[in-house]
Amino acid sequence: MTVALLAVLLIPAVGAGVLALFPARLDRTARLVGTIFAAVTLIPIAVLPFGRDDGWSVLSAHPLAVLPWVDLDVAWVPALHLNFHLGVDGVSYPLVVLTGLLTVLCCAYTMWRVPTGGSGRTLVALLLVLEVGILGTFLALDLILFFLFFEVVLLPMYAVIAGWGGEDKRRAARKFVLYTLFGSVLLLLGVITVTAAAGTGDLVQLTGSTELSRGTQYAAFALFAIAFAVKAPLWPLHTWLPDAHTQAPTVGSVILAGVLLKMGTYGLIRIGVGVTPLGAEWAAPLLGILAAAAILAGALICLRQTELKRLIAYSSVGHMGFVLLGIATLSATGLQAALLGNVAHGLITGLLFFLAGTIKDRAHTGELAELGGLRETAPRLAGLLGFAAIASLGLPGLAGFWGEAFAVVAAVQRGGGLWLTLAVLAAIGGALTAAYFLRLLRKVTHGPAVAVAEPYAITRTEWLAWSPLVLLTLAVGVAPSLVLAATSFPVRALTEALR
Amino acid sequence: MNAAVLIPVVPLLLGLAGLLLPPGDDNKNKPAATLGIAGAAISLLVTLGVLLFATKPVELSTHWVSIGDIDLTLGISVGHAALYVALAVATVALFVQIYSVAYLHDDPRYAPYAAQISLFTGAMLLVVTSGDLIGVVVGWEIMGACSYLLIGHDRRLPEAPAAAVKAFLVTRIGDVGFLLGVAFLIVDAGSSRLADVLAEPPHTAALLLILAGVAGKSAQFPLHTWLPDAMAGPTPISALIHAATMVAAGVYVVFRLYPLFEQSPAALAVLGVMAAITILLGAFSAMAQDDMKRVLAWSTVSQIGYMTGALAVGSPAAALFHLLTHAAFKALLFLAAGAVIHAVGTNYLSRMGGLREHMPVTFWSFVAGLGALAGVPPLAGFWSKENVLTAAAHATEGGETAPVWVGWLVWIAALFAVAITAWYATRLLLWGFFGISRAHGPDGPDWEVGFDDARYTQPAAPHDPPGLMRWPILLLAIPAVLLGLAAYAPGFRTALELDEPHLSVAIVLPLILLAAGATAAWWLWRAVPGVDPAMALGRARPLLAAGFRLDDIQDRFLVRPVKALARAVLTLDTKVVDATVEGTGTTTSRVGAALAYAHRLPLPAAAGAVLAGALLLGAVAVLFGAAA
Repeated sequence: MTVALLAVLLIPAVGAGVLALFPARLDRTARLVGTIFAAVTLIPIAVLPFGRDDGWSVLSAHPLAVLPWVDLDVAWVPALHLNFHLGVDGVSYPLVVLTGLLTVLCCAYTMWRVPTGGSGRTLVALLLVLEVGILGTFLALDLILFFLFFEVVLLPMYAVIAGWGGEDKRRAARKFVLYTLFGSVLLLLGVITVTAAAGTGDLVQLTGSTELSRGTQYAAFALFAIAFAVKAPLWPLHTWLPDAHTQAPTVGSVILAGVLLKMGTYGLIRIGVGVTPLGAEWAAPLLGILAAAAILAGALICLRQTELKRLIAYSSVGHMGFVLLGIATLSATGLQAALLGNVAHGLITGLLFFLAGTIKDRAHTGELAELGGLRETAPRLAGLLGFAAIASLGLPGLAGFWGEAFAVVAAVQRGGGLWLTLAVLAAIGGALTAAYFLRLLRKVTHGPAVAVAEPYAITRTEWLAWSPLVLLTLAVGVAPSLVLAATSFPVRALTEALR
Repeated sequence: MNAAVLIPVVPLLLGLAGLLLPPGDDNKNKPAATLGIAGAAISLLVTLGVLLFATKPVELSTHWVSIGDIDLTLGISVGHAALYVALAVATVALFVQIYSVAYLHDDPRYAPYAAQISLFTGAMLLVVTSGDLIGVVVGWEIMGACSYLLIGHDRRLPEAPAAAVKAFLVTRIGDVGFLLGVAFLIVDAGSSRLADVLAEPPHTAALLLILAGVAGKSAQFPLHTWLPDAMAGPTPISALIHAATMVAAGVYVVFRLYPLFEQSPAALAVLGVMAAITILLGAFSAMAQDDMKRVLAWSTVSQIGYMTGALAVGSPAAALFHLLTHAAFKALLFLAAGAVIHAVGTNYLSRMGGLREHMPVTFWSFVAGLGALAGVPPLAGFWSKENVLTAAAHATEGGETAPVWVGWLVWIAALFAVAITAWYATRLLLWGFFGISRAHGPDGPDWEVGFDDARYTQPAAPHDPPGLMRWPILLLAIPAVLLGLAAYAPGFRTALELDEPHLSVAIVLPLILLAAGATAAWWLWRAVPGVDPAMALGRARPLLAAGFRLDDIQDRFLVRPVKALARAVLTLDTKVVDATVEGTGTTTSRVGAALAYAHRLPLPAAAGAVLAGALLLGAVAVLFGAAA
């Protein structure tokens, strides 16, 4: 099983290396090879759950908070307390699958359309490097290793935006990289604080342990929270996001919104809540207030947006607000809602960015005022956009509902004046979300048709890239246990550490 | 009786399948229509089967998912009352599907339309049959989305998209409350199973929040504003929304949660006030409408008020009975109105007139439907309205959960509205179907002056609709006329827990009011021929036609403040939050540039700086070295 764990990281890494060796004239073949590597990565990912052994976790005398299904622990730099410790459990597995899936879809999409700015071969190679970094972040069970993978993601993303982006790409890419680097510095400080105080960076030992003093936990959680809040992003640390999304190529936006943001919320659950529970408890009210502010601010700003991709980017701020509200309640319900919300947002916003990219590519504009009548010129595309928008505004029966509704339920469950107010505000934010998505649909799909630069028919590759997202949105909506099945034990362990 | 699962599931699945059919194909509507009709028909047959063969309520429940310590179940829980509602829903949906085949025969987007009706029906059936609160929420919200899609269906109407958005958003505002209320109930019970939820004593706050959702879906004051605008949807959709789905859902949910409402006089009082205002608001507004469908829409607002009124005064049975009869006669009225619009090509009563001779079938359907609406004995509406009035009168004597004044309020509003309803029903019938045709408009016919002669164009003679549209209308006329007599059927009565009808002197008062309202309308129509009886309303007419201008109030106090707030937040975001970030970047660059400049000193100054540095370091070393 450890082979599978290693293969998950090695296959895309090798793929990126192979692509780098490809001659430039074989661009199409190179993209195909890259796509195959990305697809093959799914095999070890699919194998991972077979390593799960529930019996042991229950029978064990001293249950640990993190019980990886598959575990790989090799000493790397003992002097720095750095171990090459990888593992996967119910909290990280859905995100691992999501990452693998979205990378394949993005690579496949690049087979059909390479955004202007550079060669398709390099873009696919960068996507594979990104995949390594993101998967590594989700799999790392060592604080320093987590930080390393967290950083690996930055530069390829910078290159994707700066190389294949829109008109203002360099400024947006710079803002993205500098802003998130600022967060990384704080993360590094937090990691060092914890490792130095506890004498180990091993998350399995750190989670739920009582070794860290109250003061250390407060300090470390403050550092972690700001670092992850930049990544997530949490209002008011979000302003890198709209620029990066608007300028990034379609595949960049999909990866960025689909999985990159999840590194922030995942880190907050695994490290923030797991390693420094006292700090989390201390900061929870503030986090909750900021989350509610993010929900409302994101929705209100979306109501005034005039650009398609910018609007969807800002909608992410609101959606991640729901996820953070779930985390801030620090209850089992809230954390599970956050995990579900994470995956749902990845699926739905990934789909939305694909569709927005297609519309923008063909109409040569993303201005809402210049779009219109999509249901006349492209009924299927309009139907898909309608589906994605309705899923994103949280229609029950589709994936988006669970995370958001149960973040509210968790806040109600927490009780007390503050949390009830936050629940009410979040619910109002849900209504505003409907308002801006309906405005979007009205501007883009209804009304008289606008002449388009290119025909609107959906190609086979596009169907291939989109249909898994559509189906999974529906499947997770009908059967949320697809995501939640394995999370109840780890989440319970996390919340028990709080008591 | 596991087959009961099929009641909501079949239309939902067939609806999803229908969405996959290719849109935009002309004259290939067959598969879409077949799927739609099959979905409604199967549901109807299963419901009938369960109704006939099930001896006790069907309860099915299976674990769905646990989120934290809250267990969600997938469950079906249907008693006979729920089955009767499901029967009404499936019947109306079936007729609407059949009717739509002819009504929208040349619509290029028929496939998604039929599929969305199926989804809509399935969602309503889910609300009716679900044994779990989350199931209710799922159906409830899917209905909102389907109403949005269907109201915005007609691409030729410029007002359709706005009406669709309004319908979704206004109900969604109510749903903020509904969702929070459900969250409260679930958290209190620790489970979302209805049986568990009903066992817990509720917070009044939770019930009031639920009522907000009910007001949105069931078009109760102050969230009724979407319903008249929703007339922009195709007429069969209006029939579906008004008779079977959507507006009935709110009433049904209160019925389903009645054991909780029964414990809270405050919640019932709020419901009663809402109902009394809605009854009168709807009835008054219906008096002045020129659009035939809007008359019917406002009448729905008013009639749903009767149902919520019955719930408020402690008689859920009367509410459900009125829900069923209303489903029959309102579906009939809308489908018949569709036939008129189909034939005349306009919604406006001012362009109708004299349709009686040309469209006898439609005319008699209208007579039956409007008679039932006004409550003319022995048509369906008479019996159910009588029940509501009796319940309200009973509540004025005290002894119910609701305060006595609520009983008085509902009773007086309901009585008064009987006269108004009779007035506007009579006006609609006389002004639309009698007299001479006004198809030419107020300026008279268009004259054509030719070489030989001057002549005017003959108005096209309207005619009764084709068979696919006529049969649903005729079949719906049967329950609209006879359903009231079901109150004498013991099986039906026990299912609804309805009292045996007792015709006492109490019915005299409403009958007098009914006659007075109808006579007043007839007299106005008779006194000044060719003039709309609504003209007699004088200066109040524009106010009533605009629904008391509540739309303007909503715009001024809700829509515009939200827009202004959004603008302010956007400014804050760019001018403060983002500007801070950008400013940090710019400042850093400037400081860097200044430092870089400082490093470009001429050689003597640089050498001096180095020496000064060395001196400083030496001084520090001496000082600290001496200290150590």
